Amino acid sequence: MNSNAELVIKARGLTKRFGNLTAVDHLDLDVPRSIIYGFLGPNGSGKTTAIRMLCGLLTPSEGSATVLGLEVPENANALKPNIGYMTQRFSLYGDLTVQENLEFIADIYSYPRHSRNARIEELIEQYDLAGQRTQFTGTMSGGQRQRLALACAVLNKPQLLLLDEPTSAVDPKSRRDFWAKLFALADAGTTILISTHYMDEAERCHRLAILDHGRKVADGSPAELQAATGMSIIEVLAKDPQAVQRELDKLPEVASITQLGMRLRVLIPDTNSDPLSLVDRVLVAMNLEASTEIVSASLEDVFVAATMEDSSVGEAA
Amino acid sequence: MKFAPRLLAVMRKEFLQLKRDRLTFAMIVGIPVMQMLLFGYAINTDVRNLVSAVANQANSHLSRQFISELGQTQVLDLRYVVDTPQEIEALLEAGKISIGIYIPPDFDRRVIDDRRAAAHLMVDAVDPTVIGVANQLRNMPLKFDSTIAPPARAGTFEVRPYFNPERRSVVFIMPGLIGIILTLTMMLFTAVAVVREREHGNLELLINTPVSTTELMIGKVVPYILIGIVQLALIIAVGHFLFNVPILGSILDLYLAASVFIAANLALGLFISTIVKTQFQAIQITFFILLPSILISGFVFPFEGMPRAVQYLGEILPTTHFIRITRGIMLRDTPLGDMSQELLALGVFALVAMTAATIRFSKRLD
Repeated sequence: MNSNAELVIKARGLTKRFGNLTAVDHLDLDVPRSIIYGFLGPNGSGKTTAIRMLCGLLTPSEGSATVLGLEVPENANALKPNIGYMTQRFSLYGDLTVQENLEFIADIYSYPRHSRNARIEELIEQYDLAGQRTQFTGTMSGGQRQRLALACAVLNKPQLLLLDEPTSAVDPKSRRDFWAKLFALADAGTTILISTHYMDEAERCHRLAILDHGRKVADGSPAELQAATGMSIIEVLAKDPQAVQRELDKLPEVASITQLGMRLRVLIPDTNSDPLSLVDRVLVAMNLEASTEIVSASLEDVFVAATMEDSSVGEAA
Repeated sequence: MKFAPRLLAVMRKEFLQLKRDRLTFAMIVGIPVMQMLLFGYAINTDVRNLVSAVANQANSHLSRQFISELGQTQVLDLRYVVDTPQEIEALLEAGKISIGIYIPPDFDRRVIDDRRAAAHLMVDAVDPTVIGVANQLRNMPLKFDSTIAPPARAGTFEVRPYFNPERRSVVFIMPGLIGIILTLTMMLFTAVAVVREREHGNLELLINTPVSTTELMIGKVVPYILIGIVQLALIIAVGHFLFNVPILGSILDLYLAASVFIAANLALGLFISTIVKTQFQAIQITFFILLPSILISGFVFPFEGMPRAVQYLGEILPTTHFIRITRGIMLRDTPLGDMSQELLALGVFALVAMTAATIRFSKRLD
């Protein structure tokens, strides 16, 4: 079944409605093997719902998805042994120890009895859980729990890992270690789909889909996305950023303004040929003290630009 | 004074939350109404329609008239007509009847003899209310068209108590109590089983593993069957050694029946667990089912005394059938084979509840 351009996940028009709410709206997805694919989107953008449909937990209202060559949700049962899933919430047993949780997961996956203990030892070593072996997981720290959850998710050596906001409850150090593990897994051939609302995490993904209100508004590698925002980004360093923002907001050309301390990032569609002088004119006219320069797009700019296009759907800014 | 507005805020919040927990809201109405209805219908000190059998060996005009008068009292439901007192004993042992009337061949002569009772009442003395009925019938006047009705006599009936000669009520209560205790504990164990995992988030992980629904359901029930068996041993030991409750029948039969009964309750609990959203709701539903199990199962009030509709309702409850079995085995030495219908009812209940739970428990979230 292996083809050279093999897609681990292929979704076409995947849609999920809950009553009047369309949580995922005609999602097309192509995830090639052995990469880390990110779902970037705010809370409620449909990330969790999309992941749940891909592992067969939810039945799509419309559209189809093939995961590891299997149609979901029809063949979800055949899929289960080959995917690892990490839920947003810690979902292992708090009243079992690390060792007991790992043994339980191994047996649930029918991991071969004779190599089971060796595999558990290997994971305890790899995920730095030796000190917590006999500790109840309910009393562990966020970072320890997260390591255990990942160890359980990869125990059966799945081809595909689905991680739903796995780093929302851990500190930056644990996050960095966690990502190092993910890159090692991807290197070894595992495909990883990870959802996040952190820009710095999204930046680490090989490929990225930006979700907003259930729709995919952009996808590509972080660099591709940054190159194709369709926006000119002007950074304004001002003495009174609030006053500058008030004035610039009046310009119909300005798509978005974000304040970062004393700086403002002003997004203007690149249909405008000379955005810099547009901004400068306003600053001079209003006698506001500020310096301006054109900068390259950050992923946050990409995100702001991408989620803006359907601002008519969302709340008026 | 900020006390009042804060107090009001807390109270308003409680009402808002209560309003949104529909099940709790329903229970506020449901529990008192059901309890009142069940108590109202179940409590019945003037017993009617006790199922009974007649063996009329006199077969005379007088005896037939006597039987017809007995029937007219409506205390007895003369459902079985048999030939010999042995057949009555068999029916008593099988728990099919509470009272047997044996009219000996010399009935006509006994009627006019002051020193001898005219007939025999063979009574299942396990149930105090049945003894009450027997005592009431014992001196029932013989009023035939001929005015030969004798004044003082040895009583119309000679009462022969079966199974509980000392007529101790603990003997009546204990076998039923086994059913009640097991119902409560077993149902609670599994009623919270699935919701707890859902509340803790374990379920989302579990259903993403290759474990099948059937494996999950059976795996959740079997350990508790063992616990139930241990619990049963404990209850029996206390009943037997502390309160001298007899175990006349086969203890193996008792355990066999109890295993099926325990499975039925666990399966019911599991089904509850698949329909409720919180552990609190699961406990509420458990008590909602426990109440009728105490009131209309025949545990306290005689089954026959209840209206027909309530009896049908009682037949649905596993406790009703199990209490019949425990009383039969422990007090009457009835072989389980003679109560196969009760056992079958328990088995069917367990199977249906288990299937329903398995179907209700979907490996999907929608």
